[in-house]
Amino acid sequence: MHACMTLDRLLPGCFALVEEVQAQGITRRRLLDLGLVPGTIIQAIHRSPLGDPTAYQIRGAIIALRQEDTLQIRIIPFEGT
Amino acid sequence: MPIINAVRVLSDKNFKSDCTKKPAVIALAGNPNTGKSTIFNALTGMRQHTGNWPGKTVLRTQGQYIYNGQKYVLVDLPGTYSLLPHSAEEEVARDFLCFSYPDVTVVVVDATCLERNLNLVLQIGEVTRQLILCLNLMDEARRKNLIIDSDLLSRRLGIPVVETAARNGEGLNQLRQTICDVVNHRITPVPTPITYPPDLEQAIAILEPQVRQIMGERLNPRWVALRLIAGDQSFIRSFFSSLPDAGEGVKL
Amino acid sequence: MSQNHPLSSLLRQSQNISGLEPAKATDSIVQSIYHTAQKIARETVQMPGSRIQNLDRRLDNIFLSRIWGYPVMLILLTMILWITIIGANYPSSWLASGLFWLEERLTQGLQFLDAAAWVHGFFIEGVYRSVAWVISVMLPPMAIFFPLFTLLEDAGYLPRVAFNLDYFFKKAGAHGKQALTMCMGFGCNAAAIVSCRIIDSPRERLIAALTNNFTPCNGRFPTLIAMATLFIGGSSLVLGTQLMATLTVAGFILLGIILTFVLSYFLSRTLLKGEPSSFILELPPYRSPRIGQVIIRSVMDRTLFVLARAIIVAAPAGAITWILANTYIDGTSLLSSFAAFLHPFASHMGLDGFILMAFILGLPANEIVLPILIMAYVSGGSMMELESLGDLRQLFVVEHGWTWLTGICFMLFTVCHWPCGTTLYTLQKEQKNAYWTFMAFLLPTCTGILLCVSVNYLVQFMHLL
Repeated sequence: MHACMTLDRLLPGCFALVEEVQAQGITRRRLLDLGLVPGTIIQAIHRSPLGDPTAYQIRGAIIALRQEDTLQIRIIPFEGT
Repeated sequence: MPIINAVRVLSDKNFKSDCTKKPAVIALAGNPNTGKSTIFNALTGMRQHTGNWPGKTVLRTQGQYIYNGQKYVLVDLPGTYSLLPHSAEEEVARDFLCFSYPDVTVVVVDATCLERNLNLVLQIGEVTRQLILCLNLMDEARRKNLIIDSDLLSRRLGIPVVETAARNGEGLNQLRQTICDVVNHRITPVPTPITYPPDLEQAIAILEPQVRQIMGERLNPRWVALRLIAGDQSFIRSFFSSLPDAGEGVKL
Repeated sequence: MSQNHPLSSLLRQSQNISGLEPAKATDSIVQSIYHTAQKIARETVQMPGSRIQNLDRRLDNIFLSRIWGYPVMLILLTMILWITIIGANYPSSWLASGLFWLEERLTQGLQFLDAAAWVHGFFIEGVYRSVAWVISVMLPPMAIFFPLFTLLEDAGYLPRVAFNLDYFFKKAGAHGKQALTMCMGFGCNAAAIVSCRIIDSPRERLIAALTNNFTPCNGRFPTLIAMATLFIGGSSLVLGTQLMATLTVAGFILLGIILTFVLSYFLSRTLLKGEPSSFILELPPYRSPRIGQVIIRSVMDRTLFVLARAIIVAAPAGAITWILANTYIDGTSLLSSFAAFLHPFASHMGLDGFILMAFILGLPANEIVLPILIMAYVSGGSMMELESLGDLRQLFVVEHGWTWLTGICFMLFTVCHWPCGTTLYTLQKEQKNAYWTFMAFLLPTCTGILLCVSVNYLVQFMHLL
């Protein structure tokens, strides 16, 4: 088990479990509504050409998020498929 | 006040004038980009612009069709991820489902991305019983080798499930028939309730009877109780503007 | 009143009853629903490893790539424009010869009926000609560009554009979905204003709406194409010149995109200050577009759209232009005196009075700017018969002294001037605020004037002409 970190540091191709969404207010609700509830598996897929935003696979859909938001999502990376 | 305006658009007054002959009102709900507009076009013969990007339908569109001699008014709602609205458009969808009492709601979901879409299906199932799941984009699902057990899905959710590939016209007759069956009570969907953690369930158990006393069965009291526990102000606001005397300057 | 409603009091009590903080309760509700969804999905869906998903990934590896992302965008844009320019030529000249053949027959018919001169003037030289110019010059590029663009839309490429460009939008204090509204703007700015609703934050939505006019719509880039074709020679069969014309049009579209970023940046630092809101964009799976159906449908839709606009807007505009050109006060027509009045100002912008007048009369719809200009020139000059598109060059360059600088300033002002009447009306309806509607008018207009004046004087001072 790796240490906890924020989602923006997850490298493309890597998997993680969502531990906690720290954002508040409307951003928090939006992120939760995407299915980013604790225990969700998330995979980083692509960085955009200039490094931000990044596309993630979340519950079968590909969602792009900006760094401001991913900074507020704590994850536990794991190896696997 | 954009929120209030959005509600006004939907107020029953407007809506009733469109359908004095009492046709059945069918709401089309679903996540963005699941092919709602394609289904809408296929059923009504209208030609709304469709395209592969989320958020394309921002206006509520209305059309009608006749099946087995009965008239149906189809309302294409803006796509929404959840019934907890974040934007005026999502609120439009939520308020229509909650306060316009459509005869049947068809939730269109992307079969290739079922888990994510089920979130909305489960939420709508808490609001209305008259619910049909339309498993659209089945052609894409087959291309991706997905195998979906729609019988089991139907049993687990407690609602009818229709597989479609609207772009090829596949399954549309089945969808029309199912809508007809639910409208005429030949099929009675019983959406499976969601189980919440014990602390929530306890609170629901206390609040639900009180809600029932106030509002009767018009809206599922269990769901209203949940809205109250969640402190959902926007729901309460919309509820009051949906009341018959709302136009007369009721303000919170 | 609703304060006293039992539901309101129940809402106030509910927190005590549940002993849960509303925010915590909301989290817990969302979580339970997602866990249920996950459980049901796992029971009912089997997904063996799929090749298609890998195909999607491979496509994204190109379209979203650090190296290829932007070049592919530019190449796709250029390709679409190139096909449009080449493809529009033939139908354009067929339509032109057909419609002018019909004009002669109509004229003969009127002569046969012994109609008054003003009847011929009003209906043939006014109404019929303006409609004919809209159809022959504007329709073909629109009917070719739009289906091609719809193919990209259908395939799922547009959200990828938004993904690639979001970095710039963030820097400009705007929302990445603005890229989607700009894409809609290529079709129609008024429709794009409505599509701005996909942006949740009111501030960013307004930025998107105010700057949308810098995307040349379907009614404007045929003008760009016509200009590029006239001055660079896109109608010749030489690949090099065709490519040059294409790159010129692409350049002006890029300029519009850059201006969008610059003005978005400017707005979010001045009138619409604020922090970027959160950005969440779904990248849908690619779908193979059903090419036949998309093309047939959008060609039909566009054709009907243009024909309807031609009849509703171009016909009355043609009538008004003819009346202005044929009402004389003190020996000069109203049209000429109006143009003469505008001329001093227009000449600073590298234009002439007639051009600026055509833009003003074209307020109802951008499609009619070029047709009005042609009619205004024709009615004041000696050349009464325009039988082919080649004659246009003769009309502009020889009779009215256009230089390449006039062409550039005309194209600049096409990209940045006031939005058309429909767009302004839609904006007013969406925002319900006359101030912002006025800003939407002012912003591109000032930008356009500024650009034209600076280009004009720069070229003159550097003695490039």
